[in-house]
Amino acid sequence: MEICLFFLLHFRRHDLLESGEICSHTLPNPHSHICLDDSLEWASPLPSILPSLPRNLLHETTICRREARPAFPRWVFVLLCRLSYPQPRSLDQKRLDVLTLTPWLAPIVWEGTFNSELLDSAYKPLNLTIGVTAFAIGKYTMFVGRFVESAEKLFMKGYRVNYYIFTNDPQVIPRVQLQPGRSLSIVPIKKYSHWQEISMRRMEAINRHIAEVSHREVNYLFCLDIDMVFHNPWGVETLGEMVAAIHPGYYNVPRSQFPYERRSSSAAFIPDSQGDFYYAGAVFGGLLKQVYEFTRACHMTILADKANGIMAAWQEESHLNKRFFSHKPSKLLSPEYVWDDTKPKPPEVRLIRFSTVNKDYKEIRD
Amino acid sequence: MDIKKVHIVIPIVMAGIIGYLGTKIMDIKKVHIVIPIVMAGIIGYFGTEIMDIKKVHILIPIVMAGIIGYLGTKIMDIKEVHILIPIVMAGIIGYLGIPHISRPSSQPVRQVDLDETSLVISRMSYPQPFVDKPQRTDVLLMSPWLAPIMWEGTFNRDILNAQYRQKKFVVGVATFAVKKYVRFIEGFLGSANKFFLSGHRVNFYLFTDHPEKVPSMKLAPEKSLFIIPVQNYSRWQDISMNRMDIISNRIRTHWHYEVDYLYSMDIDVQMFEHIGVEIIDTLVGTISSWQYTKPRDSNSYERRPESRAAIPSGEGDFYYAASFYGGSVSEVYKLTTACFKGVTEDRANGIEAKWHEESHLNKYLLYHKPTRLLSPEYYWDEELPRPQIIRVKRLSSVRKDLEEVRS
Repeated sequence: MEICLFFLLHFRRHDLLESGEICSHTLPNPHSHICLDDSLEWASPLPSILPSLPRNLLHETTICRREARPAFPRWVFVLLCRLSYPQPRSLDQKRLDVLTLTPWLAPIVWEGTFNSELLDSAYKPLNLTIGVTAFAIGKYTMFVGRFVESAEKLFMKGYRVNYYIFTNDPQVIPRVQLQPGRSLSIVPIKKYSHWQEISMRRMEAINRHIAEVSHREVNYLFCLDIDMVFHNPWGVETLGEMVAAIHPGYYNVPRSQFPYERRSSSAAFIPDSQGDFYYAGAVFGGLLKQVYEFTRACHMTILADKANGIMAAWQEESHLNKRFFSHKPSKLLSPEYVWDDTKPKPPEVRLIRFSTVNKDYKEIRD
Repeated sequence: MDIKKVHIVIPIVMAGIIGYLGTKIMDIKKVHIVIPIVMAGIIGYFGTEIMDIKKVHILIPIVMAGIIGYLGTKIMDIKEVHILIPIVMAGIIGYLGIPHISRPSSQPVRQVDLDETSLVISRMSYPQPFVDKPQRTDVLLMSPWLAPIMWEGTFNRDILNAQYRQKKFVVGVATFAVKKYVRFIEGFLGSANKFFLSGHRVNFYLFTDHPEKVPSMKLAPEKSLFIIPVQNYSRWQDISMNRMDIISNRIRTHWHYEVDYLYSMDIDVQMFEHIGVEIIDTLVGTISSWQYTKPRDSNSYERRPESRAAIPSGEGDFYYAASFYGGSVSEVYKLTTACFKGVTEDRANGIEAKWHEESHLNKYLLYHKPTRLLSPEYYWDEELPRPQIIRVKRLSSVRKDLEEVRS
């Protein structure tokens, strides 16, 4: 009889959790694993029902497989004017020191592999708007100024850009002078007591924001960390359906040493023998619909872990890595695009385009 | 039935058999009813590790069977029937219940998103790609506009197949066998059947002026052959150039609804190695085996400004071969329409481009950059000696006497 009771409870627990009414700590947990931070209690349940994309967006999308003929998001670059540039030569590989193509044929963007002028002449006539989300919560608001100022000089120069700064304290966000065609909007969100929780809720917040606001305003969206600065140009070579960036700390390390989540009870689990790259949580992006799908999927695995009372080793970065392993990105950015200034620059990284600002973690995570 | 249903029915049936035999061997005790149920439960539970059916939905029928069996021993005499009935009921409930559980829901996803591709990928074993270890350093792997170039050694076809299979695309191949070129049909279809997108759906559209000469061939189940009668022309150049027009029209009338991707290939070729889903992309051109080493000003582009196919000196990326190109059906439509328009305008002006529709193709692909390029492995001219750099010859032209076959 005990067995029956146990199964009934199990069944009931799943049902209630789905409606988001209860917190995982109140019921017996068959997968009793210790949370990374035992003291962490989720302030309120993560919603399991996310807003859906507006209908008009769904028709263009490749996600909607109920369509008879799927859409082709890969654009053909049309050169409208004559352009002079060096000829690409079949036997002349530009970068001999690094991998430039993944086994699933996604380009890895390194300095030297692309021609900016050529790409600009193809993209500029399309009148694209590129969105950037960044979370500036609590003391992290102090990074907004430098982030936006450097982005104004180096991020997608000459294109329309919308910055979306998610913050709990709109008052302290500095007013930065923006180039024409660029705008900054502040998205108020709640501050949670634990930095891990703030971090994990980003996926949900971005997803919701896409459905409610940015789907009307941008074609591509990048989700970046705020505590970073642009040092060199970041252009349209980074645009793609789904774009991930290779983490600077693990790009020449065997996969068994990647800090993936290794507990099999987590939804972000990747075994030792698997994995392509370790991707950074600080940079991801792509076509709006793909980012919507991606953030939804990550949020769902975060929810699944929450139901089992487990928090992944590197919070949403672990879930991001899991998702990118099973649904491979269509383009990768080299560590030039997400660098850690505390590391010495190796010869492969010829340019540092975007990197961390030195900070005292204890002090700002509060 | 589905493999998933099998995993549920097997433990139920086993439980039933053990229960039934148990009644023969020894006195019925509650134990003999509960043991097979529990075993079935354990087997079913471990089965959930293999697939994504919720454990709950397998255990419910098992538990019900156990309860009914247990209560049955109390209420009436135990006969074999009373053991089998709950087991069979559980089996039926489990079997019927499964379709409702495994159908994906459009509203909140109740569990981690595990579609077929990610399941296949999560079971794959392949070497790690290392960022500081490029696969090939002797050839260009990406164009300056970041279009990948297909060379042997740079891609893992298993991953590509896993990603492709789920999308259920249909690929069309248009090829022309006019006049004496009908002799190449058997070689083309025979090798394509074996090596072209093996395992994936392909519609071969064979245009010919002699439909009666097409040999009957047994093709793989996912390959189909459509024979379309076409007019021939006295000049082989016209036959060649009019292909663009025929393809363009056919896309508009038929192929737009029938296929997702369309490739145009010469008939006088044979395949020797697999050509797989790495060729599938929005707009694809093949780098010519004659001209892949040449500087742009030595490329055989049309240079006379009177022709619509003219490319001024100082311009040009690669020289593309008209023997193998393709892409999404809408992009190929745009390409063939534009190229044939150029051909028509040239004819009206009394000029014919140096390499006929290939010149127009090159002009088009210079200003509409392909999203993917195929290396000369994908069309190798048989007359050329093959260098080390071309590790694999996937498709090559058949040796022939050009003068004789074109007469």
